[in-house]
Amino acid sequence: MDFRLPAKAEAFRAEVQEFLAEHLTAEMIAATRDGTIHSPELHRAIADRGWLSGAVPAELGGGGMDPVELCVLLEELQLHQAPADALGVAVVTVSMILEHGNDFLRSETVPRLLSGEALGCFGYSEPESGSDVAAARTRAVRDGGGWIINGSKMWTTLAHVADYVLLLTRTDPDVPKHRGLTFFVVPLDTPGIEIRPVSTMGTERSNATFYDDVRLGDEWRLGEVNGGWNVMKTALKYERGIAGGQFPSPPVIEAAIDWGRTARRADGTRPIDDDAVRHQLVQAMIDVEVCRSFAYHTAALASEGEMFGVEGSMTKLFASESYKKHCAWFLDMMGADGLLTHDDPGAHMDGRIEEHFRHAPVTAIYGGTSEINRNLVAEGWLGLPRSR
Amino acid sequence: MRTRYSEDQQAVAEAFGDLFAREATPEAVRAAEAGCGFDRGLWSKLAAAGAPGMAVPVEHGGGGASLVDLAVVAFEWGRRIAPVPLVEHAVTARLLASLAESGAVDTALAGAVAGGEPIATLTLRPAGPDGAAPLVPAGAVADVVAGLRGDALVVGRDEPSGVARPNTAGLPLADRDLSDAGILATGEVARGAFDDALTEWKALMAVAYAGLTREVLAMGVAYVKQRHQFGVPVGSFQAVQHGLADAATRAEGARLLAFRAACAVDAVTDGAARLASMALLFGAESARFAADRVLQYHGGYGYSAEYDVQLYYRRAAAWLLQLGEPAAEIARLAEADLGPKRPKAA
Repeated sequence: MDFRLPAKAEAFRAEVQEFLAEHLTAEMIAATRDGTIHSPELHRAIADRGWLSGAVPAELGGGGMDPVELCVLLEELQLHQAPADALGVAVVTVSMILEHGNDFLRSETVPRLLSGEALGCFGYSEPESGSDVAAARTRAVRDGGGWIINGSKMWTTLAHVADYVLLLTRTDPDVPKHRGLTFFVVPLDTPGIEIRPVSTMGTERSNATFYDDVRLGDEWRLGEVNGGWNVMKTALKYERGIAGGQFPSPPVIEAAIDWGRTARRADGTRPIDDDAVRHQLVQAMIDVEVCRSFAYHTAALASEGEMFGVEGSMTKLFASESYKKHCAWFLDMMGADGLLTHDDPGAHMDGRIEEHFRHAPVTAIYGGTSEINRNLVAEGWLGLPRSR
Repeated sequence: MRTRYSEDQQAVAEAFGDLFAREATPEAVRAAEAGCGFDRGLWSKLAAAGAPGMAVPVEHGGGGASLVDLAVVAFEWGRRIAPVPLVEHAVTARLLASLAESGAVDTALAGAVAGGEPIATLTLRPAGPDGAAPLVPAGAVADVVAGLRGDALVVGRDEPSGVARPNTAGLPLADRDLSDAGILATGEVARGAFDDALTEWKALMAVAYAGLTREVLAMGVAYVKQRHQFGVPVGSFQAVQHGLADAATRAEGARLLAFRAACAVDAVTDGAARLASMALLFGAESARFAADRVLQYHGGYGYSAEYDVQLYYRRAAAWLLQLGEPAAEIARLAEADLGPKRPKAA
């Protein structure tokens, strides 16, 4: 056993840090306040550096970046709060198209997605189906050689800046739900698509997208007719390596330490000299080291060509649940001052802790809720019977 | 980078896993609790297998293995909550060997301890200026006791009483007197050597906690699959599943952090002491959480003396407390990571 990152990965970390010093600006981070956790400049810079294509698995024709280095890249992006949500989305999108797409889709979309010129987004959830994703009701019906799509999708985050949506549709309502699904890559400028913003408690903007007699040629179909669940499974597989989310807490811990050192209580003392505050900061730092251990472990497994599954669920579950806990602690730590948002000129660090507090809940919901992940651990790791 | 056991480590895990499963049965654990918390027969078998000194350099009579290799054994030891002072002895053996290197300790003593006799231990907390060392782990059975007395690192050799102070987990805890113990080193050298041994203890106990947690969870899973209520297995209820899933998630995180800490000690990484301390705190917390869930899901039987979960429940709390208050350990981490507390202005 040796948990130390190889020297090559540490050298790569230095390269990523240099890249971020050059390309990531405070303005980019601040610009995400409009709700879009995406910076086109940063996304293209990452693509230009070859890291987007690099992150696509080699067996699909991608760069096949060492999973340990990929892990370091994601770690650094998160530690620096880089608005790079689109990276993971792009890698999964391209991987799905390379694995299941026809020649047309591969040549039409993949180069644009890899260069960072075009962006994808996911159309899985619907108003009536979230965790039960296979219950999708958006209909695609044959229309001569093509398809007509009608329905609606929820949480199509990034759709308003994206070029394609990977759409999960129902093509056969008369068979068990997993067997009647078909995927499409849908250009978002196709007539009949409407994108409406969904604002959230956090600063993040999501979207609801509506499909009203959207006509599409069969060349936009991804995978077999009624084979959509197979495509979905590969999406989940590719998401594991690139999803990130293991390091949500360090920026809020950093902000809390800053607060603890600079604020003064009524009696003139610094919060950071209070044992109760110190203990919570240490507990949070311990949780971060647990997350880091998980992240390095899954990366090392992937690097050896081992497929991991439940460990990814555990990592996501632990990281998001502890992040929520940390945000609540640090908000409380600030007392009344914790309530101030970034609109208040006196808010500490532009209200960063308050923003994290409002952002945190979504991390335990998107990309697989904590409850779904607990089910997966119970069944896949502990061997308990299915409970639903 | 490799976060799984090597083939050799796998073989060590299997060999010692078998030995502990065979010898450190729940019956043996109960029998030891009725005495002073020590099973001499098991200790002899471990010594014959080379465990006590396996991570001591070969030139000092040990097996020359790394701390991580020893941790593989500590994991199996933790799984069976085996009533032998493996971790205390092993880290003291390494301490004595390192001091024998500089001539501060008699090579013959270091070599004998590496062989498993006499039994050695470490006071985890500094003794008082008068040499009084209260509640020393393995204090009831160790002949050789190393520890800090003031700014001196001392080693005393005395016949142990063979009587433990009655305690929650039937551990061989006893008070020792280090007033006559010989001084091996003083000042920074003493503190550094002691701190290194303590870091090793923390890393190994963190791994042992991961072993304990693994086993108590296995016990819980087996029980909820077999126990039926309302006509179905208790383990089919989502409330039960989710409690166990949370426990398993923390357990796996704790296991990874603990082995990562042990690796950092082997690599003499700057952050090793920090990681070992964090791993121990998190390991203890996850063990207590898992033992609590498993006891709860056993219903009344979990609370009965007849079932084994209570043996694990008590040790989950006890192992860490031998070091002192968890809050004090957290305060030490805070001191290192956040800087010293500023005194309140007058």
